[in-house]
Amino acid sequence: MGQSFAVGYLLFLGKGALWTAGLSSIALLCGGILALVVALCRISPQKWVRLVMALYIQLIQGTPVLVLMFLMYFGLPSLGWSVSPLLAASVSLSLYVSAYLGESWRAAIQAVPRAQWEAAECLALSRTQRMTKVILPQAVRIATPPTVGFMVQIIKNTSLASVVGFIELVRAGQIVNNTIFQPFLIYLLIAMLYFSMCYPLSIFSRKLEAKAGEKSYA
Amino acid sequence: MRNATEEPGRDVVVSLKGVHKKFGQTEVLRGVDMEISKGEVVAIIGKSGSGKSTALRCIDLLESINSGTITVCGHKVHSPDVDLRALRLDIGIVFQSYNLFPHLTIEENVMLAPTAVKKIPKKEARELAHRVLGQVGLMEKAGQYPDQLSGGQQQRVAIARSLAMEPKVMLFDEVTSALDPQLTGEVLRVIEDLATKGMTMIMVTHEMNFARRVADTIVFMNEGKVWETGSASILNDPRTPELREFLQNEL
Repeated sequence: MGQSFAVGYLLFLGKGALWTAGLSSIALLCGGILALVVALCRISPQKWVRLVMALYIQLIQGTPVLVLMFLMYFGLPSLGWSVSPLLAASVSLSLYVSAYLGESWRAAIQAVPRAQWEAAECLALSRTQRMTKVILPQAVRIATPPTVGFMVQIIKNTSLASVVGFIELVRAGQIVNNTIFQPFLIYLLIAMLYFSMCYPLSIFSRKLEAKAGEKSYA
Repeated sequence: MRNATEEPGRDVVVSLKGVHKKFGQTEVLRGVDMEISKGEVVAIIGKSGSGKSTALRCIDLLESINSGTITVCGHKVHSPDVDLRALRLDIGIVFQSYNLFPHLTIEENVMLAPTAVKKIPKKEARELAHRVLGQVGLMEKAGQYPDQLSGGQQQRVAIARSLAMEPKVMLFDEVTSALDPQLTGEVLRVIEDLATKGMTMIMVTHEMNFARRVADTIVFMNEGKVWETGSASILNDPRTPELREFLQNEL
């Protein structure tokens, strides 16, 4: 294995790592927007809205992300829609994120004391104002540590996109390995790359949790 | 609370007639009647479970009633199409647990409703906030957060937050019950000051001496009903054995 080759392989793995980060960001962003909708629907005053959303959450949480990806990537083309690996991976991961974060955010919203809602109500604030000016700002503080912790799960789960041929970190590693047959070295390298992405997030999440434990807004 | 025939020209602000309220199988209010005039200060007293806090919460429609009528400043609170926003603009309420917004500074707590609901410009709202905070003696705390204040100070901010909306009626739901005795005084002074300024007030309280000094009318509730009512003199000379027993236990 020549020096120039090694650099080329490393660059290829680096590019895969970037796509892992990219796919994670897409999943977090799109999934996060959906999660907000999920959380708000779960506390809707309309019973049927709550029920439909509960069913959605059960469906997504009860299905492996891998199966969601297969459905998108192999299932939809058989119905006449062709889907790129990036799109299939993004959509299935976003759905996964929306269900998990949606439930976690719902819990955060409901963790804000009921009395806060009442106090805002008695000051004549509309339902939307109560939500955006009183409840959500407090819920965000409650939800931030677990959300940052969940980002670690998203990053690791993007590796599943390798099975639909999306070239993220794991798939990049497989391709390089098929050429140079050094699985131990390559997968060790990949593990280190994942770790270097996830570890800072874990530390950050723990710091946020410790800070939240102090419970001070000042 | 006087009989309507005595003073025909008076201005009734809050009126409850035959109000019933159930929580599940438990009937908490069993036909409550009250009339409160403009500028009147009413103290509702009674054992816990007598329905006094529930009655207060029904006036602000934090609980809906099962039967009867409640009218506040012309709003039919019992009606399904009552204008909630207009009702809440006319009523200010202060809770036992202060319920300040912890993520906002003292000043922002007071400014929130005037800016969000009444669309008062920020600058004016800040001046308004400083004025009402001055009224409760806490102007210097404007930039701090609720958890940096003592309980008594937080409760005074809660009163200021209500006052900033310029309500026509103020409700106080056991506002000193969570406070140490030495902090109770500072909150009661603020309420007394409001009373002398002519604010219409209904307060649920355990502070008998305070009720005696400040209230125009004492309402003694028992078993979900107005059991006995009258001027502060009923505290010295109760007519019913239930009030006599209650007063003995309070001292």
